Amino acid sequence: MATTPTDTVDPTPDHEEIPLFHLLSGFVQELRAAGLPVSLVENIDAADAVRHIPLEDREAFKYTLAATLVKNQTHWSTFETLFEVYFSLRGAQYALGEEAADPFAEMDLDMDDMDSAEGSPQGGDGSGGGQSLSPEELAELLFQALLNSDQMLMRAIARHAVQRFAGMEPGRPVGGTYYLYRTLRNLDLDGMMERLMEAREGAEDGPQSDLDKRLESDEFNDRIEKLKKEIEAEIRRRLVADRGAEAMAKTLRKPLPEDVDFMHASRDEMAKLRRAIYPLTRKLAVRLARKRRHGRKGPLDFRSTVRHSLSYGGVPAELKFRYPKPSKPEIMVVADISGSVAAFARFTLHLVYAISGQFSKVRSFVFIDGLDEVTRLFEGVDDINEAVHRVNTEADVVWVDGHSDYGHAFDVFWENYGKEVNSKTTILILGDARNNYHATQDWIIQELQKKARKVFWLNPEPKAYWNTGDSVLDDYGQHCDDVFEVRNLRQLEKFVDNLV
Amino acid sequence: MTQRFTSIDEVREGLGKVDYLADDSIASVTFLADRLEKPVLVEGPAGTGKTQLAKSVAEMTGARLIRLQCYEGLDESKALYEWNYKKQLLRIQAEGSEAGWDEIQDDIFANDFLLERPLLEAIRAKDPVVLLIDEVDRVEVETEALLLELLSDYQVSIPELGTLTAEQIPLVFLTSNNTRELSEALKRRCLFLHLDYPDIEREKQIILNKVPDINENLADQISRIVRSIRTLELKKAPSVSESIDWARTLILLGISKVDENTAKSTINILLKYRSDIEKVMKEFTTNSAAHFGD
Repeated sequence: MATTPTDTVDPTPDHEEIPLFHLLSGFVQELRAAGLPVSLVENIDAADAVRHIPLEDREAFKYTLAATLVKNQTHWSTFETLFEVYFSLRGAQYALGEEAADPFAEMDLDMDDMDSAEGSPQGGDGSGGGQSLSPEELAELLFQALLNSDQMLMRAIARHAVQRFAGMEPGRPVGGTYYLYRTLRNLDLDGMMERLMEAREGAEDGPQSDLDKRLESDEFNDRIEKLKKEIEAEIRRRLVADRGAEAMAKTLRKPLPEDVDFMHASRDEMAKLRRAIYPLTRKLAVRLARKRRHGRKGPLDFRSTVRHSLSYGGVPAELKFRYPKPSKPEIMVVADISGSVAAFARFTLHLVYAISGQFSKVRSFVFIDGLDEVTRLFEGVDDINEAVHRVNTEADVVWVDGHSDYGHAFDVFWENYGKEVNSKTTILILGDARNNYHATQDWIIQELQKKARKVFWLNPEPKAYWNTGDSVLDDYGQHCDDVFEVRNLRQLEKFVDNLV
Repeated sequence: MTQRFTSIDEVREGLGKVDYLADDSIASVTFLADRLEKPVLVEGPAGTGKTQLAKSVAEMTGARLIRLQCYEGLDESKALYEWNYKKQLLRIQAEGSEAGWDEIQDDIFANDFLLERPLLEAIRAKDPVVLLIDEVDRVEVETEALLLELLSDYQVSIPELGTLTAEQIPLVFLTSNNTRELSEALKRRCLFLHLDYPDIEREKQIILNKVPDINENLADQISRIVRSIRTLELKKAPSVSESIDWARTLILLGISKVDENTAKSTINILLKYRSDIEKVMKEFTTNSAAHFGD
């Protein structure tokens, strides 16, 4: 096997692979820039693999690259977006500025097959048809496409809608989301959804029961999602045609799910994080249980030793030990759930409860300027999401004005629960220590540290912001055993792993 | 090296013949595994047909399936090979005192005294084989290293015998439920295939294939319900095998259309957690709750 990537294409100079190879290495560079760990070997594999598949089969090409370059499912969406950018369909019809061929023109064949959607444009000649559509006609066309799940028509509508509504101009320094927003606003998909459901409910074979209705609406939602994807892809293709793949890839560069910052996650990213947390907790629980079992040896297991000595003629050559029963720590989580820190607190609670089997007891407290114990909300609850939701709605955490007051919260904690802290307790405090210039009451942390086994502080803020403005982290931090920056899932996982 | 498949479509059709519906990614990766002579690491939620893929590929190519089920504590002597020390002892005793040390030593570390375990068996097989290393995420990270030599070079080194190279390159499938991150070294050597829940059309086809007596409407309805359920945040989303089970149950009960009552009484086949069942029932009957109010 050759050692440098360029060598791998040499054996087949008759193939037209040099340009493809350059494209491929640019693609790999971009994957790496996006944070995907692509090794040299994998790069070579990919170059090797694409020789075996027909290049005109775009799907096969995509899966080939994925199989060789992406070895982690959470990286898939990053890969897919970059793939679409790098190997996007290029051609004159995506050029901006002067409008290229009308998307409905090439639809003509299909349109004739359709039981002509009433008053739709193919009355005129194909090329001018799309432009002359009135908004109502377009809406009607879209309605038909969604109702009948007509892929071709949906694609044509997506292209037309982008052409018409997005207002894309060459060289305009605006991101894709702006164009997407403009296009979607004009299509009024929510209204479309209602119309679709009404139409189906009126139909003879329409949904009867609520279950059917639910299924129908899920189906339409799915189709609308597909349409949105189509529009997004269309916008992306045009942007690539305008700016070039490298520039486009750069603007699309987003952190991987495990690197998304808790404090600045968008709603979409939040949803992704929530989905990512469950598998993560499961992984963590397995790993911790395993570690516990293999960590060290327990006392001598006499019975087992004698039993095994029989294979050595009665000589106890192989000593057997019992599994150890290490003491399990008790955990108290004290979490700030105000504003932007709330998401972080939620994930941490989630994680701690998921591995609660590793602790003898987990108690949780939440505060803003008042403090409340919420352990009961987690007890006997299977669904942690549900419990977290109840924490947000039921816990009594506001004392005066609903602005963080760490000092008062700690006061309440010390008053009510301080006696229950003992040498087996590990206390985790979650928060950014932004105290709104209230009294810090840091002596409480000092006292707690003396009584407890460990006191850790987890801060979701970047280290550079600590102790700036109203952050008084150092006042508290000096009394803690350790202070950690936990801004994303990766750091959180690492911390919890070390905790046990 | 003769190639097993000539094109991606051939793989897809071949798998279709043995009742395994392959999508583009499955067909492409299986095809590449053969061409590049690389193992495939199949990852994904439980019950999406990871193990079945290896079985079906074996059936399609007419190869023997050799399976290594991984578990915690799996070691060399269970996965690779072991010396049959009882036989060795007998050999030494039978020899008596006449034979010299060297002869005996050469003798007892010969092929006759080697117990083949799945990995070695796959390497030494003369007939075509498909090697399935199931649930590889269950072994410890250190044990993974056992597999590396085999996966990259298709050979096994035995100190007493030297290096045994594969007679023919087997197709290798590793499956993982992703309960832990596999090592980089292992991933690097494999092609990666993520098997997710199928889309609605494919699921419907799978149900139609696997449950012969079912009519198309019911299969369609089942796959749509299952898809809707999977969009919820559940502890354990229904797998493909569970939707097949559900389809079978409905057929046995003589139900040709799912309504809320049948769904309620049979949902425990799809969902295995009480909280999940409650959540789904709540989700799908919220509209009806309003009606009961009148």
